[in-house]
Amino acid sequence: MARTFAIKRQPGFATIAMICIALLYIPIFTLVVYAFNEGNSVAIWKGFSLRWFHAAWNNDKVVDASIRSVRIASVAALIATVAATMAALATTRTKPYRGLTFKYAFINQPLMIPEIVTAVALLIVFARVKVATGYSGLGYLIAAHTAFCIPFAYLPIRARLESMDLTLETAAADLYAKPWKVFTRVTLPLLWPGIIAGLMLAFVISLDDVVITEFVKSGGQDTLPTYMLGQLRRVVTPEMNAISTVFLAISILIVTVFFFISRRRT
Amino acid sequence: MPERPDRNAIEVRGVSKIFGTGESQVAALDDVSVSIRENEFFTLLGPSGCGKTTLLRLIAGFDFPTNGQILLHGDDIALLPPYKRPVNTVFQSYALFPHMTVAGNIAFGLEMLGKPKAEIEARVAAMLKLVKMEALRDRRTSQISGGQQQRVALARALAPQPKVLLLDEPLSALDYKLRKEMQIELKRLQHETGITFIFVTHDQEEALTMSDRIAVMSAGKILQVGSPRDIYDRPAERFVADFIGESNFLDAAIVSSASGRATVRLASGAELAATLPEGFQPKDRVTVVVRPEQARLVREGGAVTGILENVVYFGTDTHFHVRPDTGGEFIVRQQNSRSGDAGFARGDRIGVAIGEDAAQVLKD
Repeated sequence: MARTFAIKRQPGFATIAMICIALLYIPIFTLVVYAFNEGNSVAIWKGFSLRWFHAAWNNDKVVDASIRSVRIASVAALIATVAATMAALATTRTKPYRGLTFKYAFINQPLMIPEIVTAVALLIVFARVKVATGYSGLGYLIAAHTAFCIPFAYLPIRARLESMDLTLETAAADLYAKPWKVFTRVTLPLLWPGIIAGLMLAFVISLDDVVITEFVKSGGQDTLPTYMLGQLRRVVTPEMNAISTVFLAISILIVTVFFFISRRRT
Repeated sequence: MPERPDRNAIEVRGVSKIFGTGESQVAALDDVSVSIRENEFFTLLGPSGCGKTTLLRLIAGFDFPTNGQILLHGDDIALLPPYKRPVNTVFQSYALFPHMTVAGNIAFGLEMLGKPKAEIEARVAAMLKLVKMEALRDRRTSQISGGQQQRVALARALAPQPKVLLLDEPLSALDYKLRKEMQIELKRLQHETGITFIFVTHDQEEALTMSDRIAVMSAGKILQVGSPRDIYDRPAERFVADFIGESNFLDAAIVSSASGRATVRLASGAELAATLPEGFQPKDRVTVVVRPEQARLVREGGAVTGILENVVYFGTDTHFHVRPDTGGEFIVRQQNSRSGDAGFARGDRIGVAIGEDAAQVLKD
């Protein structure tokens, strides 16, 4: 029998793989380990303890920033997903036309424009809006997060729509379903896993954002990442490790759920 | 039989469908007119790209004609959306809803029509019985075989009791044996439901065995409409004769013609009686068609003479490939019998006798 090409059998494969895995995971592993450090240092191990988790839990600023992060991420992800679903329907349920590629690029623009540029631009615009309206609430952060979350929500939804058989919608119309019924009874149920996937992805991306948030936020509007950044500029204790570990656990949980949902019914 | 519009389930009048714009325009249908009778098993037959699926989609309402009318029991439905037409479709890919059960799929059309729950349940049960799928009513459509999916697709399309059922090459995804079974099944369903079926296929054998009438299509036009026997025995055009069954084409000159009959002289000099198709304007040079089974080999004489080039045994019959003296090829098919053949062998000099009423003049 002829041997097929297998990347695993190539010389050096194992070595390169090990180096990559080590580079990716050793820092994270170290971070998690030192979250459980008894001592005050993130480098010297003094024994196992949960004291830094307690410290973080009892730190009002951490709790406050976390709640704000979740609020912004929830609202932004929700709006972004609705917008992304409509955009995905509009860009897949039509015959190709001039300008469609441009439209894809336009929707995915936040992926291409350097984040720092968007951040500075928003800072300048929102500063004027604040002066003009006097409003300085969470709206600015939610608007900014919604904008950069759209492409992340859009991609899984569009992928799902593209793999969906258009004939199903034709068949529903043939069986007396009016356009809205076709959407609610056939398109939406089949699209649901894509929408949930988009929602979760957008949520995680919003939760994680530093650059744009740092520029757009007003005083006292720290999210968890910007709070952590602020703390790291001063003194570094394993409390940061503890917060990061919880953050990591939540992200892994969401991504795992995302994975199982997107695998269902495919 | 005179055409009475009220007896027609579907009447297509001067329908054209043009795709694209400017120089890339393609006429998928070119001024097509055809009447499909009530309770008829009507087949649109033709090679891929002939416009048969386009015509079906126009009747279903998935596309709209550029010109012309489509009448359903006398009402023009050409511009109605699909959900307003009492016409249902069985799709080539079945297009069953993967997020619903077998019963859910069948109930869909009835639910959309807003039928009462009790009626829907009764109707779904009746449909499941009709296609012999009662045992699988709560299965997901992804958990059943291709043949079973086919039955569900049929039940789903028949459940709302459409005036016309459209079938878009529904058997092409099935293997040979299942396809034969479903052909018989389809005929039975059509008979039991009394619904007009419009069936699209490129398979001439399927068309001949199942249809009451066939429309042969090519390049966006309907070339001939008739019963399977008409189409096979009396092809009007060369394309029809060539597409359906095997054919021998002979160049000929018309000697005389009168009321549907003509005498033609072949290149060999032999004279032959032939049928003239309706509306044919007699002209000097024509082509005549002779089916291989309508001719037989003879030792002496014959309208065509030549050398027997090849003998191919097919079990039920034998094909004799003759190279006529005047060029070309002529195939004769003779049924085999257990008592043996007449002993024709390769290289023999033979004649081909063409039976009375076997030859037909063709429109080009």
